[in-house]
Amino acid sequence: MNTDPMVPDLFRVQKVRKETLDTFTLELSPKQKKFRFEPGQFNMLYVSGAGEIPISISGNPNQPESLIHTTRAVGSVTNAMRKLKAGDYLGVRGPFGTKWPVDKAMGDDVVIITGGIGLAPLRPAVYDILAKRGRYGNVVLLYGARTPEDILYPKEIMGWRSRFDMDVHVTVDRAAGSWHSNVGVVTKLIPKAPFDPQNTTAFICGPEVMIRFTTQELKKRGLSDDKIYVSMERNMKCAIGFCGHCQLGPYFVCKDGPVFRYDEIKRLLEIREV
Amino acid sequence: MTHAVLERPDLKSLFNILQKAGYTTIAPTVRDNVITYENVTDQSELPIGMTDDQKNGSYRLKKRKDKSVFGFVVGPQSWKKFLYPARLKLWEAHRNGKSFSIAKPENEEKKLAFIGVRPCEMSAISIQDKVFLKSTFVDSAYSSRREQLFTVIVNCTEPGGTCFCTSMDTGPRAKKDYDLALTEVVKKDQHYFLVEIGSDQGKEIANKLPLKEASEEQVSEADKRLNEAARKMGKALKTDGVKDLLYENAENPHWEKVAERCMTCANCTMVCPTCFCSTMEDSTDLSGEIAERWRTWDSCFTMDFSYVHGGSIRNSSSARYRQWLTHKLGSWQDQFGTSGCVGCGRCITWCPVGIDITEEIKTLQECDSRKSKSN
Repeated sequence: MNTDPMVPDLFRVQKVRKETLDTFTLELSPKQKKFRFEPGQFNMLYVSGAGEIPISISGNPNQPESLIHTTRAVGSVTNAMRKLKAGDYLGVRGPFGTKWPVDKAMGDDVVIITGGIGLAPLRPAVYDILAKRGRYGNVVLLYGARTPEDILYPKEIMGWRSRFDMDVHVTVDRAAGSWHSNVGVVTKLIPKAPFDPQNTTAFICGPEVMIRFTTQELKKRGLSDDKIYVSMERNMKCAIGFCGHCQLGPYFVCKDGPVFRYDEIKRLLEIREV
Repeated sequence: MTHAVLERPDLKSLFNILQKAGYTTIAPTVRDNVITYENVTDQSELPIGMTDDQKNGSYRLKKRKDKSVFGFVVGPQSWKKFLYPARLKLWEAHRNGKSFSIAKPENEEKKLAFIGVRPCEMSAISIQDKVFLKSTFVDSAYSSRREQLFTVIVNCTEPGGTCFCTSMDTGPRAKKDYDLALTEVVKKDQHYFLVEIGSDQGKEIANKLPLKEASEEQVSEADKRLNEAARKMGKALKTDGVKDLLYENAENPHWEKVAERCMTCANCTMVCPTCFCSTMEDSTDLSGEIAERWRTWDSCFTMDFSYVHGGSIRNSSSARYRQWLTHKLGSWQDQFGTSGCVGCGRCITWCPVGIDITEEIKTLQECDSRKSKSN
């Protein structure tokens, strides 16, 4: 790691894999063999000539030999990133930010609720929990996508579904007749999900409107606000608390987040355009 | 000797001695009809006999009747531009084949001496110290400039029309963090600076100055002027409970009223001596061989500031003004243990429509939504 947190390190691109129509995964190999990170953290990725953006890490924290990011091609930098090929280089600063409370949640049921690309920052938490599976109660993944074609990591989800120690429920907004599973928003899966509300930690990643409805449903089940964790998104330029862009009330999402305990930011999520 | 006197003709020696000690001397001077801080090598370049008339949205330079050297308040630009430059190259990338190498530019930092820092501005520097030096990370560019800095305060004997340092407890007399502090006294038969020493390096420089011991009368005259200055503030801001006021009034309709006047021009953030937000600019040369990253000042008043894919979080001007004011006087306290406002009044003077931070807080205090709830 560079001594100056503003100067990127160079990582070689091992592989660029297309996931869904608009998402892809970058597999990078660190120069110093290992890249250690906590589930939920993110990196600043720099594409030469295109710019730099925050992307959450979506690989396995217990396999630090390769650094994995899945992202959606939505802007100029992510589109340039999509065109990278094996052997190209990009700049990496990080890891930054807070983690999913995988340690604190031990002994509890864990319910992971997310949609679309939101599964990417949660996948490291799934890996970590499954690696220490015996220390958790029920492990539940509730996942929503726009259509069956938009489901991220479908093979891996199938693999998790076939485990006897994990409950996986997938829903889509709309589907053709060949889809034989849930249709509707992800929050509809919450009432029947198998977890004990008195001893559950929830991890949520999604747009703010999804967070709002998800926390409401969890509350109906009896989950208290301090057992719910959410990952927030804001504009970021520096990732070290200087540029000011990511402010959410008193917090800098880059260093006080992106993972917050819901009761800490609940007040802010109720304010328009905060 | 805690109190000493530097006679007016000896002011030139302050510049000479600091320059001999290796400092580049930065001081106020008149440029483009305002007083700004520039590289000043001789005392004759100071705004001698000048003053500034400041009101909401108005700044006018005028001649004084006397030959005061520091007989003005503050100009549009603060010392921020030296410690935290408006544009700074962070690194340069050179392409070699498919790869590239990234290197920081070699910066030989000059030792700077600020002469004529107002007490409120010294507080602003201390606030930026908290932001750039005492947070989770350290800003290396700021730190290398700050470590070598020498500060000469000039206490305020004549506050301006938009000043409220007494409300923010930052003036008119500097209490700490400086190297030397001067109080200028101009009388019919006397013109001198009362000198106070604030640090070891201040003492070192002071020992080389042609100082005289201050008479009791000279000390009390300076005290009298500073006490009078404290009573002549152009504005006042009631800071009690202001953080909670802002937090609890996020949905107060008053923000819409401010937005009707606010042009979101970002002037207030540019002139503010504590505002620290920045953005990154990436550029590539025509050959595609060299890329650079620059850090430039940014403002929470722009739409780009809060942009995430899909749009800006703070679309309305009311949300952007609320963000600025709530941060400055409220969430700043949670982040850095201090208010982000020092009461220098620049945001009031340089607002093109004269929006007044003290008035907006007063109005919020009057229409506090918590009051109407309890009624």
